[in-house]
Amino acid sequence: MASVATAPQTTPAEPEVAQKKPKVARPKTPWWMWISVAAIVLFCLFPFYWLVNISLKTGNDLQSSSLIPPNPTLANYKAIFQNPDFTKALRNSAVVALVTTALALGVGSFCAYALARLKLRGKFVILGIVLTISTFPQIAIAAPLFKLWSDIGIFNTWIGLILPYLTFALPLSIYILVSFFKEIPRDLEEAALVDGATHFQAFRKVVVPLAAPGLATAGILTFIGAWNEFLLAVTLTSSSKARTVPAAIAFFTGATEHEVPFGSISAASVVISVPLILLVLLFQKRIVAGLTAGAVKG
Amino acid sequence: MEAASVRAGATTERRRSKGVPERRLAVMMVAPSIILIAIVAVWPIIYAIWLSLHEYSVRVAGLSRWAGSFGLRNYSTALQSSDWHAALFHTLIFTVVSVTFELVIGLAMALAMHEAFRGQGVLRTVVLVPWAVLTVVTATMWRTMFVSPYGFINTITGAKTVWLGSEPQALIVIIIADVWKTSPFMALLILAGLQVIPGEIYEAAKVDGASTMQRFTKITLPLLMPAILVALIFRTLDALRIFDLPFVLTQGQNGTSTLSTISQETFATNRIYGLGSAMAVLTFIVVMIVSFSYIKFVGGNIRGLAEE
Repeated sequence: MASVATAPQTTPAEPEVAQKKPKVARPKTPWWMWISVAAIVLFCLFPFYWLVNISLKTGNDLQSSSLIPPNPTLANYKAIFQNPDFTKALRNSAVVALVTTALALGVGSFCAYALARLKLRGKFVILGIVLTISTFPQIAIAAPLFKLWSDIGIFNTWIGLILPYLTFALPLSIYILVSFFKEIPRDLEEAALVDGATHFQAFRKVVVPLAAPGLATAGILTFIGAWNEFLLAVTLTSSSKARTVPAAIAFFTGATEHEVPFGSISAASVVISVPLILLVLLFQKRIVAGLTAGAVKG
Repeated sequence: MEAASVRAGATTERRRSKGVPERRLAVMMVAPSIILIAIVAVWPIIYAIWLSLHEYSVRVAGLSRWAGSFGLRNYSTALQSSDWHAALFHTLIFTVVSVTFELVIGLAMALAMHEAFRGQGVLRTVVLVPWAVLTVVTATMWRTMFVSPYGFINTITGAKTVWLGSEPQALIVIIIADVWKTSPFMALLILAGLQVIPGEIYEAAKVDGASTMQRFTKITLPLLMPAILVALIFRTLDALRIFDLPFVLTQGQNGTSTLSTISQETFATNRIYGLGSAMAVLTFIVVMIVSFSYIKFVGGNIRGLAEE
């Protein structure tokens, strides 16, 4: 699950890597290099290909264990989009993940700015606490909230998920944002301050726009963490009213009780993976920078 | 010292006279996060400890009796239960085996990616796919590969293994799924460590006649150690909390119960809050012991971030 990891003394300095390669004739790529590249690609992509393959099969084809669907069909996809449990779960997941991300970024960016730039006692302690919270096992939150949420009536609601999601989302975004704010040259802020801006104005008008890449990174990683979360989603919901997609998939049952509907489960799995794979394709650099500069898990 | 810093603060604040004073603004900006964290993380843990000290089950009349022996009866029940021992054992086996494989595969992938001049960008994207695939989806895809008649694994190998129905095969499938999902993450952390090793060191070693193997063991590994250690501790923390894969693949049956699944089953399915919370607190303690070594290790890094 998502929380904070750090490679010590590494800075998110990707441009450096690019600059290091002047236009010298590159050594010829040896054959074993191609093999290892192929192995990595196969290792990473084959299981997902298999899932797509399964999702395109129906009926007896499902049992053929063939690597290419003999009669490819989109029937499973049609079926899951007609299944209200799935469409409601998609809506729940979208709301919970987006609100969690917005709250974590909104609240977290203030905290991160103060920690990165302003005079404040106990910064080290605060960052230590933030990092510690990010390593909390979800089970230790889930157990008490399972009872507490029922007692106060927010069991099986969006807010009942969003609040505990902040336990990992907030530390994650604070941690990433502090390291990004630190990277912004002080001169620009200083200039704004000399021109008579308040610290808060300097933060809002100068730092936030400059830290947009950092905000995007923190936002993507937080969103992925919330989208992926399972333990709390399974424990703190009981129906499609608030159940998110990961939890819904775990409870999918077939038309008959003994038949596990692998076709539709696979189709649903492909559908919810698509937004994340798109994020990865579009923001690969940001995600890697965030992962290594100050964050996630997963 | 104190006076000096106050004076320094006063001079800068005189220059920046507009708006809220800096220190107060800092407190105001930090406060919402701290309050939220206290409400959503610290308070539940305290409540979990309180619950764990009570006989708190819907089955017991008089819902919240103080559990005997200084309220520690739930803990002694958990610590003496063979089911909990089994869960602890599975969690530790899972952690050690999966993290070891992830390290080896992650290191190999990182070295290959570092060497690959062409297509490094493509590789980095490809490697992020398993990381981005949801854990539940990971479980689904490996289940459809291993379970007959859908999966091809028995078909290809000719085996008749009921993978998810037998011990220890079920745990092996869970480990394979986890290794697939997180080795690439390990690779990216290690790759970041590799990229900050200056190339000149290797040039110098080459000039001095060091072999490829020597360069790897005498330069790469030692310089990579900090990145590897962080990745290791971080993955260990995650592995100790494992819940999704066993829950989806086997519901914790067939030798796959873990610290998290057994606790969740106890309080959520069986509604024995007290014992379930005690198990959750025990998990918390186990994870926190590892966590402190992690925090200690990246402590220097936080100190860097906390510097003014």
